[in-house]
Amino acid sequence: MSAMPEKNTMPTGEAHENGTVFDPTSLEGILEKYRGAKGALIPILQQTQASYGYLPRPAVGRIAKFLKVPESKIYGVATFYAQFHLHPRGRNIVRVCLGTACHVRGGEGILDAVSDELKVKPGETTPDLRYTLERVACLGACGLSPAMMVNDTTYGRLTKKKIAEILKKYE
Amino acid sequence: MADINLTIDGKTVSVPAGTNVLEAATKLGVDIPRLCYDQELSAVGACRLCIVEIEKMRGLPASCATPVAEGMVVRTNTEKIRKYRKMTLELLLANHPQDCLTCDKNGDCRLQEYAYIYGARQDTYKGERKQYAPDDSNPFFIRDHEKCIVCGRCIRTCAEVMGIGAIDYTWRGFKAKVTTSYDVPIEESPCVFCGNCVTVCPTGALQPRTRVGQGRSWELKRVRTTCPYCGVGCSIELVINRDGQVVGVDPADGPANHNKLCVKGRFGFEFIQSPDRLKKPLVRKALREGKRGPAARDSEFVEVSWDEAMDLVAKGLGEIKAKHGPAALAGFTSAKCTNEENYLMQKLVRQGFGSNNVDHCARLCHASTVAGLALSFGSGAMTNSIDDIAQSKCVFVIGSNTTEAHPVIGIQVKKAKRNGAKLIVADPRRVDLAELADLHLRQIPGSDVALLNGMMHVIIRDDLYDKDFVAARTENFEALKKTVEKYTPEYVENLSGVPAALLVEAARTYARSGGSAIIYSMGITQHTTGTDNVQTVANLAMLTGNIGRPGTGVNPLRGQNNVQGACDVGALPNVFPGYQAVTNADARAKFEKAWGAKLSDKPGLTVTEVINAAVRGEIRGLYVMGENPMVSDPDINHVREALGDLDLLVVQDIFLTETAKLADVVLPSASFAEKDGTFTNTERRVQLVVKALEAPGEARPDWVILNDLARRMGLGWDYRSVAQIMDEVADLTPIYAGVRWGRLVEGGDAHDKGLQWPVPANDHPGTPILHTQKFSRGLGQFAAIDYLPAAEETDAEYPLVLSTGRMLFHYHTGTMTRRSKGLNWIRPEGYIEINPETAAHYGIADRDWVKVTSRRGSVVTRARVSDITSQRVVFMPFHFAEAAANVLTNPAVDPRAKIPEYKVAAVKIEKAAEAPAWAAAKEVAAGGERK
Ligand code: SF4
Ligand code: SF4
Ligand code: SF4
Ligand code: FES
Ligand code: FES
Repeated sequence: MSAMPEKNTMPTGEAHENGTVFDPTSLEGILEKYRGAKGALIPILQQTQASYGYLPRPAVGRIAKFLKVPESKIYGVATFYAQFHLHPRGRNIVRVCLGTACHVRGGEGILDAVSDELKVKPGETTPDLRYTLERVACLGACGLSPAMMVNDTTYGRLTKKKIAEILKKYE
Repeated sequence: MADINLTIDGKTVSVPAGTNVLEAATKLGVDIPRLCYDQELSAVGACRLCIVEIEKMRGLPASCATPVAEGMVVRTNTEKIRKYRKMTLELLLANHPQDCLTCDKNGDCRLQEYAYIYGARQDTYKGERKQYAPDDSNPFFIRDHEKCIVCGRCIRTCAEVMGIGAIDYTWRGFKAKVTTSYDVPIEESPCVFCGNCVTVCPTGALQPRTRVGQGRSWELKRVRTTCPYCGVGCSIELVINRDGQVVGVDPADGPANHNKLCVKGRFGFEFIQSPDRLKKPLVRKALREGKRGPAARDSEFVEVSWDEAMDLVAKGLGEIKAKHGPAALAGFTSAKCTNEENYLMQKLVRQGFGSNNVDHCARLCHASTVAGLALSFGSGAMTNSIDDIAQSKCVFVIGSNTTEAHPVIGIQVKKAKRNGAKLIVADPRRVDLAELADLHLRQIPGSDVALLNGMMHVIIRDDLYDKDFVAARTENFEALKKTVEKYTPEYVENLSGVPAALLVEAARTYARSGGSAIIYSMGITQHTTGTDNVQTVANLAMLTGNIGRPGTGVNPLRGQNNVQGACDVGALPNVFPGYQAVTNADARAKFEKAWGAKLSDKPGLTVTEVINAAVRGEIRGLYVMGENPMVSDPDINHVREALGDLDLLVVQDIFLTETAKLADVVLPSASFAEKDGTFTNTERRVQLVVKALEAPGEARPDWVILNDLARRMGLGWDYRSVAQIMDEVADLTPIYAGVRWGRLVEGGDAHDKGLQWPVPANDHPGTPILHTQKFSRGLGQFAAIDYLPAAEETDAEYPLVLSTGRMLFHYHTGTMTRRSKGLNWIRPEGYIEINPETAAHYGIADRDWVKVTSRRGSVVTRARVSDITSQRVVFMPFHFAEAAANVLTNPAVDPRAKIPEYKVAAVKIEKAAEAPAWAAAKEVAAGGERK
């Protein structure tokens, strides 16, 4: 609301999460394509995420203004779909499988080991933005269980010992 | 459209098409349980508690979301329905903490009540409960997400009623959480803390913070009265615990607010029982010893008995009168006090002091309205009612930051817009409503006459004016036509900065809507051309026939809770109660007879003139009831000088205000919560004020103090009750003739709605719309008015225009709001709004300290860099005594209404080298900043 500028306005250009600076250029490009269009929210959110890797709050604020809907509504929509990430994601996405096969063969232990190694809980990102840890249900590599994926590479027959070494490879 | 007939539980009912089944049942007295439904909000059918069986319909439809149909047969309470409801409740309870024993909502919780009715148990379904930490970082209310049943009433209230949308559903299913964007604490969202979501929450999920641990519903006492802040006049209930402490305010279903409030009314009550309240009369030590005037004022205050204080006052006033004559005395009465008290104050001045030197802060806000509309229409008040605004087809808001200064009327404007009305906002600042507006005209402050003349030029040129209305109901049209001829859109663009095309569109939109209402406030009145502005507004309404019908009118929003009433009962220097001129011999004869005294036929001095006369030594004694000119009046340094020169300054107030600190005698008075009486709100509605508490210490109601003083002055008064004073007012004031205590109190015919004047007789219901058949003066009078520039223009040295005004969280001189914890927490200090480009030019960043200088003085305050204001204009709220905007303002006044030009002063700004002393002191006291 305009009457209270210092609340809820995170002017673009200001430092925000993880010390990064939000650069609105590519968002403005995305919005321009949808000027006057109806039902544009989801595609705008998708492209914003594609461009920034997640949905930064200043971006959501700007989209809200652009579409003339409350920011809370957009946040609500974004949380409704699993595809949207509301916090920065790491350069490397570590997915530990907890599907049936992996679970039976010690997936939980693997997850704990990764979690200990990275010092973050599942769903979180390391402060240096190097890794994001996620849990998934079945990577389609049951024969290799317990398994995990780092970006596009699958690692199977994991033991706790192997974890640190694998992770180290990813900058 | 024909009504629809249906049968509910064997009884037939007929309701308008479009009604839902739940409302139809309610009409029959059948109470269907509901958690998510609220009559004022859209029906979403979320909780499924209101399910019913409807013949020929499958399943169990939600009655709140099912419209009635002809011949429908509905059952609301079968075995099957009861089982289903019980299951629904048990599922809710399974995901709800088992906290009833310690919950402040206990006894007032819908979930608890329905669980009892349906025998729903908490342990039927076992499983995980959602676990969310509460948001309790703000002083207003606590959001306990675990008690939330995600009914969404708060969401819809915030979005649909308030038009804000601070909160929404997030996540989904079992984890669903009603929260802000990015789940930040609510004070970091656009929330304005109106508390209207708290009001509608059926559970303990939203609870006012001050209520925690203060007692459950059956232990609390509630007293219905009227909000003491702004002129909207919302009905409130003071909530009082067993120890006699006010622990909260709840909204009541009053005619002006229908259960809504703003943050001040809802959370700004702590001033009532503030430890700073005055409890005993104070007198300067030297005054007791017989010294008077500036010499006595250096000595300290001592507490004395009422007897001693009142004798000193009566004697002091008497001596000044004897020595210097009646014209040397003046009284400032107060828009915060009741009608009855204002009546007595003006009577005291007229009968006792013997002059007409009585005035109050209406001079500073709407004197130009009173003067201007009296000339145009014959009656200087809001023509229509607050409720009426929502029916308008076009709302034209000019010079009113409605959502901050009159928030609950802001709700009505938003409602009109939601109902499809066009919204035009003319304001130099991009205020909240401007964001919502179809058209925003951003005029240069002081160019309103040019702007409005331009609109009328277009309306006449395009033949859009209401010829029948102009012919039948008005006079002087030709002169108006001639004057506005030269105000072509291009010419006006030059004067006002509003693009010609935008002006044309605004003119056409206003003229063509089929029912346009004008809302204005101090952006129109607080100018040296204030009366001109008001008459020009009236011209526009008359030209288009937008007057005298629902959804139209000229609607000045009055600032203070009782500024309308204070004017009505004669707290003005030129009129007796009911706007009867002191120069009119018949009126004088009537009041002389009633009061048994010879009355002056000479209009008295206005607030601003009294100050000037005091400097010249013509006013020697001043009696101030509940006003704070040391913060509210323009050019404060000048006011200080004036008050310092007086022989006797008496201040009657609830706090030791900046003005009281300069007084010889300070008399402690009762707050609105400690006395009976009436306030008249901006829509001319006389409403009851009810005593809920005893006044602290020896403080007394103002009317009791005045009565005592008059007796000591030998005026023969003997008022025993407010009702008695009201009778006297009614007998002497034709517009209040039927306003009687007995009609307004419980059991009276006007208890629910109050009385809107004119109320010519005891059985008259009051008048919601003025000028329906003819104007109060007969024909409406067009005034041909040319644009004049503001008194002070910018130049190379003072290049910026300073406008002053209000903000949402504080009120007037801050004596009340700044003593209310929450309000002071959220806005602890003043600021100056500067456009980003202007700020960059001066090298000023957001939150920097800025020195602001006008030709009269300078203050240091915080920068708030924001594009709300345009590049040439800066804005300061005036509530903060330590960096008072009114040190800077120009005391130049409108020649007719004598209202000062608060909206235009030429200033310069520069970055301040260091924080002002007051700020440093405060930081030490508070242990740093709040965030
Ligand atoms: S207090 Fe008012 S603005 Fe804030 S969330 Fe509740 S309804 Fe919305
Ligand atoms: S906070 Fe209250 S009103 Fe809002 S969704 Fe929860 S239970 Fe309903
Ligand atoms: S709108 Fe005015 S009257 Fe109503 S609660 Fe707010 S301050 Fe009080
Ligand atoms: S269960 Fe882990 S890969 Fe299938
Ligand atoms: S009241 Fe009808 S579904 Fe909630």
